[in-house]
Amino acid sequence: MSTANNPYLQVSNLRVKFETHDGTVKAVDGVTFSVEKGKTLGIVGESGSGKSVTSLAIMGLHNPKSTLLQGEILVDGRNVVGMPDDKLRLLRGRDMAMIFQDPLTALHPFYTIGRQLVEAYRVHHKVTKAVAKKRAIEMLDRVGIPQPQRRFGQYPHEFSGGMRQRAMIAMSLINDPNLLIADEPTTALDVTVQAQILDLLNDLQREFHSAVILITHDLGVVSQVADDVLVMYGGRVAEYGTAQQVMKLPQHPYTWGLLASMPSLRGDPEADLLPIKGNPPSLLNVPPGCVFHPRCRYAMLKGGPCDREVPELLQLRTVDEPGHTVACHLPERQRIETYQEEISSVGVAQ
Amino acid sequence: MTETVDAVQLDTGWKAAQGEPLLKVENLIKHFPVRGGMFGSKQHVRAVDGVSFEVRPGETLGLVGESGCGKSTTGRMLVRLLEPTSGKITFEGQDITHARRGQLQRLRSDMQIIFQDPYSSLNPRHTVGTIVGMPLKVNNINPPGGVKKRVQELLELVGLNPEHYNRFPHEFSGGQRQRIGIARSLALRPKIIVADEPVSALDVSIQAQVINLLRDLQRDLNLAFVFIAHDLAVVRHFSQRVAVMYLGKIVEIGPREQIYNRPAHPYTKALLSAVPDATRLGESVGRIRLQGDVPTPINPPSGCRFRTRCWKAQDICATQEPALSVKETGSLAACHFPENAVLIEN
Amino acid sequence: MFRFLIKRVLLGVSTLFAISVTVFALFFMGPADPAASMCGTKQCTPVQHERITTFLELDRPPHEQYASYMRGIFVGRTIGGDSPDAIECPAPCLGINFRTYEQVSTVIGRTMPITFSIVLGGAVLYVLIGTGLGMLSAIKRGSIFDRIASGTALTFASTQIFFIGSVLLLVFVYQTDLLPLPKYVPFTESPLGWLGGMIVPWIALGLINSAQYARLSRAQMIETLSEDFVRTARAKGLAIAPIYFRHALRAAVTPIVTIAGLDIGGQLGGVAITETTFSLNGMGRTAVRAIDEANLPVVMGIVLFSAMFLVLSTIIVDILYSVIDPRVKLGTSGGH
Repeated sequence: MSTANNPYLQVSNLRVKFETHDGTVKAVDGVTFSVEKGKTLGIVGESGSGKSVTSLAIMGLHNPKSTLLQGEILVDGRNVVGMPDDKLRLLRGRDMAMIFQDPLTALHPFYTIGRQLVEAYRVHHKVTKAVAKKRAIEMLDRVGIPQPQRRFGQYPHEFSGGMRQRAMIAMSLINDPNLLIADEPTTALDVTVQAQILDLLNDLQREFHSAVILITHDLGVVSQVADDVLVMYGGRVAEYGTAQQVMKLPQHPYTWGLLASMPSLRGDPEADLLPIKGNPPSLLNVPPGCVFHPRCRYAMLKGGPCDREVPELLQLRTVDEPGHTVACHLPERQRIETYQEEISSVGVAQ
Repeated sequence: MTETVDAVQLDTGWKAAQGEPLLKVENLIKHFPVRGGMFGSKQHVRAVDGVSFEVRPGETLGLVGESGCGKSTTGRMLVRLLEPTSGKITFEGQDITHARRGQLQRLRSDMQIIFQDPYSSLNPRHTVGTIVGMPLKVNNINPPGGVKKRVQELLELVGLNPEHYNRFPHEFSGGQRQRIGIARSLALRPKIIVADEPVSALDVSIQAQVINLLRDLQRDLNLAFVFIAHDLAVVRHFSQRVAVMYLGKIVEIGPREQIYNRPAHPYTKALLSAVPDATRLGESVGRIRLQGDVPTPINPPSGCRFRTRCWKAQDICATQEPALSVKETGSLAACHFPENAVLIEN
Repeated sequence: MFRFLIKRVLLGVSTLFAISVTVFALFFMGPADPAASMCGTKQCTPVQHERITTFLELDRPPHEQYASYMRGIFVGRTIGGDSPDAIECPAPCLGINFRTYEQVSTVIGRTMPITFSIVLGGAVLYVLIGTGLGMLSAIKRGSIFDRIASGTALTFASTQIFFIGSVLLLVFVYQTDLLPLPKYVPFTESPLGWLGGMIVPWIALGLINSAQYARLSRAQMIETLSEDFVRTARAKGLAIAPIYFRHALRAAVTPIVTIAGLDIGGQLGGVAITETTFSLNGMGRTAVRAIDEANLPVVMGIVLFSAMFLVLSTIIVDILYSVIDPRVKLGTSGGH
């Protein structure tokens, strides 16, 4: 949780809507969070949770014609919502940078790695190509690419998956940004390479001291690198707290569902997983009340508020965990008991 | 490949206990020709390079490994979507390595495959009823009560509403589509299913639904599975025995407990160690980090293929290829310097 | 690269060989009697007919005729044998026009510049204009410009050259005299005359074909603009111009190069309808007339030349492709 007064990124009540042929999609519906420099926020959620849309909105990479942005996104105190693109683009790549899921498609197939890095540097620095080249090779070396001089002149398809993602990271950090958004940076990679990349991101953050947002569907990845965790579902925040708080005493039934449906390397392999029933909601037609209630095992429906009132994101009261907030109608006492009795022994939750 | 010990022979304990294997694979090899190099000389991608294992009725063998290890190629050879370069595949005592049409057709009803992508493996122009009933039609099978009744039973079996018989694939979510694929594979009452990354395209919560479904089906129908996946935790939840592959070879094979709790091969150990574990917040003690990438299967390293990334490698590893042999931990591993410590205690 | 070229040239030569055999076979399967048509229908005496047949070696079995035709290409031959009118035809000899006794190579030499002028000039016009309009439409997708351009493109794409050509001739040449009458003036003789003579066919081709290129490039560009690497380019903070030109355009243009190359290559052997519409005696029109006259050597020569252009254009397209896209390696097949 960002308790400091001056977080580098402050997102307040962000709403993102798209117009489509079938109607209005509420992709993000009132999301608030902040990240300070030197900290990593993990945003967790499944497809359609709004996690990627949130990151694209911060970078201003949404399609301006069909997308409506409301709320406030303060990057170092400047609101980027509604900022004209020619001004916003000066922040992109310099103050905030982004790493994408699949480095093979995210890098241009027809240009050498070196040329793409040089371009990224020269957009924001008035330097000669030679100076930019020196900087690019330095960065390639820094992210652990062997023989950076030679690799500089190679094309993305000549790199392995892990090396490509390293090159992507080098490119995103070449202007020493204060905010780095990594959207599923290891999902396309093999597990041993994923471990290398996560270690690298950890090291680089210590060195560059940037604010980092790591978007992922994998709670395991989050627990390894994040300081804070934001769990998103159906475009809203389900739960928000430090990684310690969210992983040790998760409060939202959706977070439980994620933990209990992920197979783990420990515990009884014969035990059945506890999946979340049903399917994620259509964002064209969001369920009333708590967006998770149709899939929630514990929803209070008959006379209860779950299908009528949208739960507020509230601070825990009975335990002293400052900053741990949850949007759930269940009484706090019941949540804590349910977690300990039913959930904590299943899947990765154990 | 001459030094490859017949792993199946070594796996004697199982044989005595479980009777005849349903599926037996011996020294299976698949090389894909490619043209490469400056003079365009013929080279081969050695995708699968001498793999042996057995699957008994009702048992799941998990095949794990990183991309390019040959696990999917192996799966495709089992159901004969790919022609093996050499080696032998035996199903219920019959050599099916080079089975031709008639034999293959019989085989198809006993052996099915499900794929990773539930989007592209279903014909978008066919209704669910047609898709699931297709194997029955193709094989001219008229089940008692008719095709429609059988299809609806199958839909129910995989947890879909039988009334959705006339819907099209696009009307279903990803997880439901994978269920349709599973229903189709069950239509002919197969004895074994090759599942190639069946859950890796699905969201976590949906993935658990499908894993539970597959486990129920295995229990209720006494199905055998070859379960191919890159996710070690998923494999652990679904497989009684596990084979770990690296660069076209099995580096370790054995019962699940041995593989996961006391891995003998350094690669197995590194693989397990690399899985991000939500239960260990930010801990980095005792983690093994492999350097670099998997080498190219066109020109794999001499001797032990893992030696270029192995922290234990010595001279012998470059000169002599280790054979699969029983290690202290109880599993079969191909390593000159196996591990023997307990990694995870239950 | 070298290996690739050798392979493709050998493949091309064998294609040409197969085509020549096919054309020969088709010719002899038909009921054609070229000697009769050369002799003229009115007063052809059997003696004359006999003389022509012998002169052209039409009395010899087809495979011998084919052998002597091929020999002519590589070492040259004398047509007419011992006859006093025998024609010396040096290598590469493609035979003689049955009608005019003119050497086929001369016929091709005369008609080829006409076809080339029409096709290449038209192609430059419509590929550039069509692609440019398509790209603009994609960038301004959904705008009024896009709708007008798309609508116009569809209209012209569904018309035919003989219709547009005739309308252009009628309105701008015959009635108003705004544009000169199409005719072929060699470029070396008068560049301006060449330009003037070609302008109407070019406009006609441009109207019809730029529509196809506009539609193709619009679709390509829209697809490319949604690619991840374009998003990366935006994420770097690049301005609009380099995003479109450096990143999107280059990727979108690749398939257009392929199609344009094969399209142009296919037309270089003759565009009969266009040539007929504008009364220009290019290879296409000549070939059609020769088919009517059962004028085998002319048909054969033009068919072989157009096949050769097509083969060459596929080779050039492949080389261009490897220049644009570094992932394409010439001479290597498949692989992962």
